[in-house]
Amino acid sequence: MANDVWVYIEHKDGETTPMSFELLGIGKTLANELGSGLCAFVIGEKVDNTAKEAIQCGASKVYAVEGAIFKTFNAEAYSKAASFLLNKHKPEVALFRATSQGTDMAAASAANLGFGLCTDSIGIRVDGGKIKLTRAAFGGNYTVTVVNEKAKPQIATVRPKAFAMPEKDASRSGEVVKETFTVAEADLNTKFLEFIQSQVKINLVEADIIVAGGRGTGGTEGFNVLKELANTLGGALAASRAAVDSGWVPYEHQVGQTGKTVKPKIYIACAISGAIQHLAGMRTSDCIVAINKDPEAPIFKAATIGIVGDYKVVVPKMLEKFKSKLNK
Amino acid sequence: MVSHNTLKEETVKIAVCIKQVPDTEAEIKWDTSKGTLKRDDMRPVTNAFDEFAVEEALLTGEKYDGTVVAISMGPEKVNDTLRNALALKVSEVHRCTDDAFAGSDTYATASVLAAALKKIGDVDLVFCGKQSTDGNTGVVGAEVATILGWSPLTNVSKVRQIDVANKKIVVERAIEGGIEVIEAKLPAVVSVIKGINEPRLPNLMGIKKAAKMEIPQWNADDLGVDKGKVGAVGASTKVVEIAVPPPRGAGEILKGELEDIANIVTDRLINMKVIK
Repeated sequence: MANDVWVYIEHKDGETTPMSFELLGIGKTLANELGSGLCAFVIGEKVDNTAKEAIQCGASKVYAVEGAIFKTFNAEAYSKAASFLLNKHKPEVALFRATSQGTDMAAASAANLGFGLCTDSIGIRVDGGKIKLTRAAFGGNYTVTVVNEKAKPQIATVRPKAFAMPEKDASRSGEVVKETFTVAEADLNTKFLEFIQSQVKINLVEADIIVAGGRGTGGTEGFNVLKELANTLGGALAASRAAVDSGWVPYEHQVGQTGKTVKPKIYIACAISGAIQHLAGMRTSDCIVAINKDPEAPIFKAATIGIVGDYKVVVPKMLEKFKSKLNK
Repeated sequence: MVSHNTLKEETVKIAVCIKQVPDTEAEIKWDTSKGTLKRDDMRPVTNAFDEFAVEEALLTGEKYDGTVVAISMGPEKVNDTLRNALALKVSEVHRCTDDAFAGSDTYATASVLAAALKKIGDVDLVFCGKQSTDGNTGVVGAEVATILGWSPLTNVSKVRQIDVANKKIVVERAIEGGIEVIEAKLPAVVSVIKGINEPRLPNLMGIKKAAKMEIPQWNADDLGVDKGKVGAVGASTKVVEIAVPPPRGAGEILKGELEDIANIVTDRLINMKVIK
């Protein structure tokens, strides 16, 4: 149908994670409100398993482009295939995750087709038969809501974890439509050489628990106890810009306006004052625990639970309690 | 000055796209009736990510004997940002400006920048910041590359090497879970992340010299841009609402002995059933 909701399913060399399917959750809600269908679209070497799982996660139809050229993600090749599908079927809206892969594809598809694009959406609703997308601007200090005024589809990227995961039901059935489209290797400007796996196990953006440190930790050593807390809780380590700029923690851990935007269930901020640039990156966390010596620190205004005290004393005590209560 | 026409084969022509943004250290002021920023009331600065782009352009120019041209789009105030680039010794700057550009969305912005890059001519390599700190969209670089049919290289954390003779570049991209190494044909549009380098500061002489320089302007006609396809008229999406997100509910400060506080906070977190 012309006003279907399309969701792109991302994967890495054919491997998906539960998060690959997360947008089918909000997609279903939108399709129900529009009275239209929820479709997934997949591009890869072999996509049968991914298509099947997309159907179990709520898609009634899956559009697929297969081919050896699509074995490993290539922004140009994948975007050309996505543009072909979107231009042919012109759904109401096409949603991509606001990851590096999803953002590259959405940007190139929008540019290929001359369409507008709403990035990093945190709110999507149907109003008078039109999709309204809300995104954060100025590092989350303002939200801006946009509607598409021109040709369909509206292309949007959606912030990871902004919406609830879809419910999986193995008994669901649906249709897989395989479309013929290919790209010649000679026509691609870019070539994948290798992937170097990070030493950091947990992806900050997808983490449910984050332990973060700021300027007040005073140095690399201060982060050791925070790492231990993160490990004990099965969480990820984060840092404020001040700690990263001081060279205590690598940039990939930075949360905030010039770092990553995260939305964990638990965010423990240690010796972080809570500048607006930092709050921009974590203010939508479910539960924020702030530990700071300064009772006037702005972080306490955003905290669910505040503890006025030195993290060097508070964190070891929390560690001791967690270890005994969790039998670790 | 060395004539780069005669050395064309061995050199690399570099462009860098810069955006002027309001300083987010300061308060952001909106004209809520118009739905636009009160830019006049705010201190303008160079977008933080673009400082890394300028530095990478300069470093690449120094290493491969190339020239660096900086471009920006926006009103007269943007001259300050381009003067900063001149003070850092980029060879040439251009400001893309036209009443018709006002209210451009990412695609329209990318179309204008793409037209400017074509007008510069013979560009091998374009650097830009990963995203702006005001709009936060992070897609203009990839859109410019797609419009021009050049190599799109986003989230770049390192330029490994450039083979000028064979027009190739190898870069590292910092993506989820690790580093992806990509080889690409030139021309390429490289969006850089924070930390790729340490941006230099201009010296006093550079600043003084730049202060006196003319900033050339290009309007829609100069660039051959269709006015109906850019600005508020050409934008596909329309802003219908601007809001301040609701403040988080006032939290609770735990008071008392550390032993009790630690018990309360750990119990509460464990009861959330998130910790495994």
